[in-house]
Amino acid sequence: MDTELRAILEEEFSRTGWRIGMLLEHPGSPRQWCVELHETDKLLTLMQLLRDHDRFRFNQLIDVTAIDYLYFPEAEHRFVVVYSLLSHRDNRRLWIKAMLGSKRLKVSSVCSIWPGAEWPEREVYDMFGIQFVGHPDHRRILTPEGFVHYPLRKDYPVTGLGERESFPVIGRQDA
Amino acid sequence: MAVQIEDNLGEIWTLNFGPQHPATHTTFRLVLQLDGERVVGCVPHIGFLHSGFEKQAEDLDYNQYVVITDRMNYVSPMANNFAWHHAVEQLFGIEITPRCKTIRVIMAELSRISDHLLSVGAAALDVGAFTAFLYGFNEREMIYDLFEIACGHRFTNSYSRVGGLSQDLPDGWTAKAREFCRHLPRVLDDVEKLLTCNRIFIDRTRRIGVINHDDAIAWSLTGPIARASGVRRDLRKDEPYFSYTDFDFKVPIATGGDCYARYLIRLEEMRQSLRIIEQALADLPGGPVNVHPETKLPLPEKSDVYGSIEGLIHHFELIMTNRGFTPPIGEVYAANEVPNGELGFYIVSDGSARAYRARCRPPSFINYQTFPKLIVGHQISDVVAVLGSLNVIAAELDR
Repeated sequence: MDTELRAILEEEFSRTGWRIGMLLEHPGSPRQWCVELHETDKLLTLMQLLRDHDRFRFNQLIDVTAIDYLYFPEAEHRFVVVYSLLSHRDNRRLWIKAMLGSKRLKVSSVCSIWPGAEWPEREVYDMFGIQFVGHPDHRRILTPEGFVHYPLRKDYPVTGLGERESFPVIGRQDA
Repeated sequence: MAVQIEDNLGEIWTLNFGPQHPATHTTFRLVLQLDGERVVGCVPHIGFLHSGFEKQAEDLDYNQYVVITDRMNYVSPMANNFAWHHAVEQLFGIEITPRCKTIRVIMAELSRISDHLLSVGAAALDVGAFTAFLYGFNEREMIYDLFEIACGHRFTNSYSRVGGLSQDLPDGWTAKAREFCRHLPRVLDDVEKLLTCNRIFIDRTRRIGVINHDDAIAWSLTGPIARASGVRRDLRKDEPYFSYTDFDFKVPIATGGDCYARYLIRLEEMRQSLRIIEQALADLPGGPVNVHPETKLPLPEKSDVYGSIEGLIHHFELIMTNRGFTPPIGEVYAANEVPNGELGFYIVSDGSARAYRARCRPPSFINYQTFPKLIVGHQISDVVAVLGSLNVIAAELDR
């Protein structure tokens, strides 16, 4: 079943830019294929194809997340947005990685295809600073109001940059 | 002369369903726009419990992080522990022992019963039925006793380790677990008698917060909420892990999609979990609970550490700070069916003892984003009914 998916992917995406890798080789777990997308402006067409085309039918988006490969050995792209798709009909998963550089951190929002991407994309924006063009409600979600940094980036320390000490406290008189 | 009264009934006013409220089970805030008693707009604000769990994963090694996973969905902590170590064990490429698999199944199903008892109880409490809540909590105390005998903690258990468990089950645990299994069906019947055909409960939950099948898939819903809308998916059957293929159980599916259907699904799932536990207890394999020490993954027994040179060296290699685990470089995703849905961990490893990136796919976060869609058009008293049926745990929501 998994070699079939790989063959279909290679056949459909024999154009350049859509490399197909594997998530991890492990004999016990089902191989999870990952499509690396370098031309990120093609993201919406790819997602539409994966949801609607009869060979794929990945009808559910499970997660949207991002990785900062700043200190990773031999990484070519710093930021990567990762989409996790699931096909109910065929019971298989697919991963899409949109490879962004470190400068142009913009990618199309997939909320028009799967509305369930709304909050995960907001979280990726909040944590990494990657902008999602076309998102219906593009604002921070987990960090408090007035937070300016992007916490999950590798250059942000785990102890923070003094936000706890300088948090504005509103007394009863000022409220 | 007719008296003209000017009132503001035509205006829409804003109500802050603040982070401190007994009906928001934990701290999250809803800003509701009301037209009289009808909700016309809703904006949820979350992040009050955001503690940077994903950032901490980059600083704690694969055994230390299990303590953090306890604190995600803290009403079913063992389920989160096993989900984390399931992903880590796939990263390392090891297979755990049969006894460990079955014990993890038993504990995961006990966590499922515990979570559903709290969810059903809290949903009932919010619409006014206090007795069902107390019946459920009495049973949860028995489950806590079982957890305490097994690993020392009632709550925040951190029971699993890489390659096994922190300790094996003590003698007499299975007898106590069997006694619990004999006791629980009576309580589930009592809860059912109190709620299922109760006119008031049905009026509060029937046709409230309806999600249809296609919306449930489009909104990335998983777990009992999706199954109440007819989505036929349960990871224990579709992508089996541990030893779920050895047990005979059914997965309840409903078509109503409303709060009442979610309540019925949770009640039936508890009965099915009980079936799994009884089968697992009858058939518990013997043998070691940790993988073989040659894999250098489990912490050796203290008698080996003090008695043999290999034990000492393995202990040293795992504990000392500039040593530790040496996983392969790569990425892995593994998901478990926790009581709220699909909990997956996406781990990126750069070969060091700490994960480079550990993403937790939290079911409460993804399930809660549908809330504004569900509540608009309903009355303000339906807000608590829908919140109770979604079973949102703020610690998992915010991480």
